[in-house]
Amino acid sequence: MSKEFKRQDGRKPNEMRRPISAKVGVVPNADGSAMYCSGKTIAIAAVYGPKKMHPQHSQNPEKGTLRCTYNMLSFSVADRIRPGPNRRSTEISKITEWALEPVVMLDKYPNRVVDVYIHMIQADAGTRCAGINAAAMALAHAGIPMKNIVSSIAAGKLDKTVVLDLDKYEDSEFKEGEGSTDIPMTFTPDGKLTHIQVDGHISKEQLKEAMNMAREACKEIYEVQKQALKEIKE
Amino acid sequence: MTERKIVIPGEMIVKGEDYLPGEGTEKRGDEVVALRYGLAEEVKKLVKVIPLSGVYQPRRGNIIIGKVERITFNGWLIDIGAHDCAFLSLTEVPRYVNKDGLEELMDLGHMVVAKIWNMNKRGIDLSIKSRGLGKIDEGIIIEVNPNKVPRVIGKEGSMINLIKDETKCNITVGQNGLIWIQGDKVENELYAKKAILFVTEKSFMDGLTEELKKWFKENKNE
Amino acid sequence: MEITTNLTGERIKKYLSQGKRFDGRKENEFREIKIEKDISKNAEGSVRVNIGKTEVLVGVKLGIGEPYPDSPEKGNLMTTAELLPLSSPRFESGPPKFPAIELARVIDRGIRESKYIDFDKLCIKKGEKVWTVFVDIYTINDDGNLFDAAGIGAITALKNAKMPKYDEETGKILFGEWTDEKVPLSDGTPISITAHKIGDRFIIDPTREEEDVSEVRITAGISNGIISSMQKGNSESLSMEDMDKILDLLEKTERELFKKLEKFLK
Repeated sequence: MSKEFKRQDGRKPNEMRRPISAKVGVVPNADGSAMYCSGKTIAIAAVYGPKKMHPQHSQNPEKGTLRCTYNMLSFSVADRIRPGPNRRSTEISKITEWALEPVVMLDKYPNRVVDVYIHMIQADAGTRCAGINAAAMALAHAGIPMKNIVSSIAAGKLDKTVVLDLDKYEDSEFKEGEGSTDIPMTFTPDGKLTHIQVDGHISKEQLKEAMNMAREACKEIYEVQKQALKEIKE
Repeated sequence: MTERKIVIPGEMIVKGEDYLPGEGTEKRGDEVVALRYGLAEEVKKLVKVIPLSGVYQPRRGNIIIGKVERITFNGWLIDIGAHDCAFLSLTEVPRYVNKDGLEELMDLGHMVVAKIWNMNKRGIDLSIKSRGLGKIDEGIIIEVNPNKVPRVIGKEGSMINLIKDETKCNITVGQNGLIWIQGDKVENELYAKKAILFVTEKSFMDGLTEELKKWFKENKNE
Repeated sequence: MEITTNLTGERIKKYLSQGKRFDGRKENEFREIKIEKDISKNAEGSVRVNIGKTEVLVGVKLGIGEPYPDSPEKGNLMTTAELLPLSSPRFESGPPKFPAIELARVIDRGIRESKYIDFDKLCIKKGEKVWTVFVDIYTINDDGNLFDAAGIGAITALKNAKMPKYDEETGKILFGEWTDEKVPLSDGTPISITAHKIGDRFIIDPTREEEDVSEVRITAGISNGIISSMQKGNSESLSMEDMDKILDLLEKTERELFKKLEKFLK
């Protein structure tokens, strides 16, 4: 790892953005809800269910269905996006389901659905990870049976250096040398990977380094999620 | 483990070969681990998690309050806030009802206190044959988190009896979180509603019955 | 579970017929209103509005577009609303349905017809290029009266919105960079207030429970006593006397509400 490498905002390569914070119960109407903030990214998630799945042909008689919907508020980014789903949000919704499904136990809920709605209020890269973190907490908060909760963060590579938690500038404007690689990942507390994507180019060795870096960071994120769930207002 | 603590899914509750995993937990090696969010409790080495949140989980024998969703040729489909609709058959009504006149006994949107007498793969079966069950004619219905129903009722009904006495209302608490309050005056019903919401908001507090007594002294029904 | 039952509804009506509301409020009394500014830093202006347990987020963004042929020197306004399924078990996913479309259109008219935005100052090049003001409304928790929460959100978000920087050479907005200028607004502030008829009584700021038994709703955009927009919703009729009462109620409420909002509208 090149020691001279300087990140634009002064962070060390393995340093995530701060502050990170979390809170549950942000949507009173929902069965469970949570907010997760990391740096300038703010995600909220609300859970409804388990409830009857409509339409009927989507029902799974074997076990319950986890249905995630990820979306960005139009004004959460600098260049306004049209309200409503698009190709990007459709893919991230599915990725989020895959990231959560290994820990969510819905075998006792055949033909039912658990809906998870995730919205970005403010976006500054790393939104899918923030969304997954909020969703994991909201599912727990809703009393859904789970083996574990999951924690998510992106590692990546800037030029030749493996770094943690790319911000907006690093993710989309950094062009030096080998440019920027973004690798969002999700881990269980016991170190199982439930989600990984790579966007850029990276060697096998550096990918392993990035995975270890994200794995370490997820331990800290997990503590933040756990603490938020344990704080109960009187 | 002595006191109850809040645990999250996947969290180790206790370690030791002699502990048994109860509801909401599983054994992983020699650890008992939580499988849902709630309060961990251990009684005689049996460890379980008491849920703090989540939709209503129906159980046989529960008294619930529901709303007539649909009328079929031989009974009523009742929404009880669970993930399944429940069915009240004509045969589970304590008096004779003409098959052509089901809606005369209970029409769409009507509320009913009923008991879950059977549950199977097809669904939930209700009955209104026992005392205190049947259609609700008057009063208000409020909704609380179904996981807080045990607190609203209190030990051997101590909490709910205190509320009934202080507010002079008849109160029926459905295990599904719907509560029927009926008094002589709307004021009394709303007074009872406020008291119940006080209990659900402070449900983590120790000595809640005493707190509620204090609340009644400080908040007289004008 | 949806529990505003006929039973509770009857009680609400009966109690209201004595001039009393379940939560003890007066007929024209709002629940506690909280407004938080700058909740989304990438927006030109943004607010979170809480009325009791109801919560909406409103954001203002600016874009560049073409003027309409009949107003070549005026900027544009585009208002959208989404009733997010996140905010209520009653809202479904999918393309905007009538309630969301109506909400956006009522708020849009309140802003547009009162001439709250000074569109003449939003012209970049006559007939070719003008600023478009986007007002986007999202519901976070619905406990009744989304209309007024959205209306309050729209005017406070606009009031706090800064103009983004514009690169004249490329003709593009430098997103994420702002000038010191505010979005040009007029002096009068159109406040949107919704009155509901329940039985023979009229109330302001209904909870979800009260909204469920409402027979008629009237939303008006009022600025200093002048009405610039109005919409009657639901299929019951109103008598002339009903309208008199509603207009009095709206006028009285506007003055009180404006006082509450004043500090957010500076």
